[in-house]
Amino acid sequence: MVTPLLERRSGQSLEEILAEAQAVVEDADFPTVRRWREAGGKVVGHFQVYFPEEIAHAAGLLPVKVRGARVEARRAEARFGSYLCSILKTSLELALSGRLELDLFVSHPICDAARNLAAVWGRNRSYPSHILYLPQNASSPHAAGYLRGEYDRLRRLVEAVAGRPVTDDDLRRSIAVFNENRRLLRRLYAIRRETPWKLAVHESYALTALAGLVPREEHNALLAEAIPLVEARAAKAQDRIRVVFEGGFCEQPPLDLLRTIGDSCYVVDDDLLIGLRWILEDVDADGDPLANLAHAYLERSTYSPVQHDPRKPKERMLLERIQSSGASAVIVTAAKMCEPGLDEQVAYSRALDEAGIPYFVSEFEERMTTFEHLQVQLETFVENVLFS
Amino acid sequence: MSDDSLIGRGVADGGRLFRDWFAALERAAAEGRPSAYVFVMGSLAELLRAFDINLVFPEINSLQTAVRRVAHEYLNEAEDYGYSPDICGYVKADVAVQLRKGAHPMGRIPPPSLAVLTNACNTYIKWGEIWERMYGDVPVFTLDVPGTRTAGGETWPGDPDFARDRDYVLRQIEELIGICERVSGRRFDIDRLREALGHANAMGASFKQVLDLNRSRPAPFNAVTDGTIYLGVANGFRGTPEGAAYFRDLVEELQHKIDHGLGTLRDEKYRLVFVGVPCYPIFRRFNEMFVEWGGAFVSSTYLWFASGGANLAWTYDLARPLESLAEGVLVSVRHAMDAMFFQDRMVAGMLAPYAIDGVVYHPIKSCRTVSTGLADGRRALTDETNIPSLFIESDMMDRRVVSEAQLKNRIDAFFEGLATKRAR
Repeated sequence: MVTPLLERRSGQSLEEILAEAQAVVEDADFPTVRRWREAGGKVVGHFQVYFPEEIAHAAGLLPVKVRGARVEARRAEARFGSYLCSILKTSLELALSGRLELDLFVSHPICDAARNLAAVWGRNRSYPSHILYLPQNASSPHAAGYLRGEYDRLRRLVEAVAGRPVTDDDLRRSIAVFNENRRLLRRLYAIRRETPWKLAVHESYALTALAGLVPREEHNALLAEAIPLVEARAAKAQDRIRVVFEGGFCEQPPLDLLRTIGDSCYVVDDDLLIGLRWILEDVDADGDPLANLAHAYLERSTYSPVQHDPRKPKERMLLERIQSSGASAVIVTAAKMCEPGLDEQVAYSRALDEAGIPYFVSEFEERMTTFEHLQVQLETFVENVLFS
Repeated sequence: MSDDSLIGRGVADGGRLFRDWFAALERAAAEGRPSAYVFVMGSLAELLRAFDINLVFPEINSLQTAVRRVAHEYLNEAEDYGYSPDICGYVKADVAVQLRKGAHPMGRIPPPSLAVLTNACNTYIKWGEIWERMYGDVPVFTLDVPGTRTAGGETWPGDPDFARDRDYVLRQIEELIGICERVSGRRFDIDRLREALGHANAMGASFKQVLDLNRSRPAPFNAVTDGTIYLGVANGFRGTPEGAAYFRDLVEELQHKIDHGLGTLRDEKYRLVFVGVPCYPIFRRFNEMFVEWGGAFVSSTYLWFASGGANLAWTYDLARPLESLAEGVLVSVRHAMDAMFFQDRMVAGMLAPYAIDGVVYHPIKSCRTVSTGLADGRRALTDETNIPSLFIESDMMDRRVVSEAQLKNRIDAFFEGLATKRAR
């Protein structure tokens, strides 16, 4: 294993681990990525939502989740028109400003804005910028075969960047590392569902988001250390409503917004950074690793507004998320100018009306700085739920 | 037909064909015949016609509400239903049409028996999901068309990557055939497909000729105003003898104008490329603001992507109709996507052949697919060519974000700059 990128001491307390995780996740200078590069490593930046990180990992590259940042998008603003979400602009800003140095950028046609990003990125940076066409005809019997071919194309691409071949055994080893990571993240979310008073949503978020910033082996080690400490945390249940947070699949709300929500509610499940938790079970390590990854993407996965799969109607999936987490209400949010998120709010609201589940509709932006108004609205909503 | 009567024939015939087309939709609605909701980028018209399935283009229905100045009524209704002011206006107008049981200024739009959408625009997919919710059992088929993965990275026949993409499209078309058989109650007849492909070949060749004829000076047609009529026919009548005949006649008309030195403007001073989607809420006035300065739109990316890449004039091989349809859909839809995402390359390629004096970028609030990359594309084009350009934002549907006075100020300043440059 390479030198750890997080500056950790042995025997850290949970509070110290959480504090460092939050600091690293909010640091728009990407210190872990910088350290990786200083050690001679190469980096693949992948835009939200899902990316088969195992393929980049197998090539010895660091896959970094590009998810915007709380920075002023001074240079990027000049390269986009109006009416666009913030994450698009701040993500490009990270590249233009040199805060985030990459060797390859990959985006996905998740929405009309993001599908332009690879072209814009490619015009502005000298390293390769590619679009990964994940299938939008997910229920087709031919989608898995097509996707396997796309993953093979990606393998060739990362081989060129890494300057070394990626064998099936390399991929199998990476799949094993990521399977372990998926198991740990599932444990983290189980704590949120079962004993939400032990881990607030903003704490869980910071621990999860680190996955997109450090090698998975290091993330696994951190989670393996942190989870028992969370489970042993001396915290008492309080009289708060249990909610699902829905709408964080792409642009990310600021940690302070999550903290504000956590002050009033237990967020027992969410779709924050859903790409890191897209595959719900272990990926098979035997056989053809690329075919296994493709199969898992299509058949063992969760949902988001940016993947079309008629077998997974979004509102039905949300109702299942509410039920499985034991939530009694939902925060249905969307990033400002996020067309898929805004579209979905209509379907979600109607389904929740029909199911008689209370919900709170809002919009957010990654760069918002004041939360008092939201807090007042949310407290009113909570009171209504508690006393109606 | 006398020579004089040729002039204006394309516009008049286009209008007539369009009225006939909407009337046919109304009849289909009344008679309960199957109708497919399709989109301009990858309509699969050739295949659907082989099953006698009516084509309904919700994008065209929506833009017609704007041209007829009633879009705000439809947008308001959809926003009252819950849709945000910040999403695609075409979607919202269609939601209102559906809520009104098909009531539309051009006639009654039939409900879908089938919807076919491609991934050329993500909003197509979200739009299809709305129909899935509204119409329950109606099949909504998403045809995945892999696009160009990186600038200049198109693959072509003979490349294994192209073969993989083509096979994926072909397998999906075969799936769609099964759905069409169920919806129409007809067996697939490959000769009917061959026939439609033949008409599409003829139309595509003439369509490309039409675009090329506008390299003449003066340009015989306006790529935005006349071009939108041509696009309507190219989409609505693709794969039909009427469509093929229309464009054959149009070539004759435009050639006649060229032979007699007749341009779309009496005094063409500046030759312009239009990049984006037209400003339908003030469609005529928008153009006038350019015409007043002698500015003629001689080409546009709209004619490329909104025709589904018909400008490539892909010729189907009638000896192997299905495989060739898959290739044609892949190459044409991919090209339409490239005309949006890599538009800087496309525009750069237009400058010399069309003797362009300036480029007009018109990003719109409603369409992020087309608009997101325009500012950067303009920057890249300017760096490469130093061609003068104008960047004006408004909308294709929503008059609330169309400021005619602001547009005029910017347009006037643009032409003053062009005039100064020319006078040097």
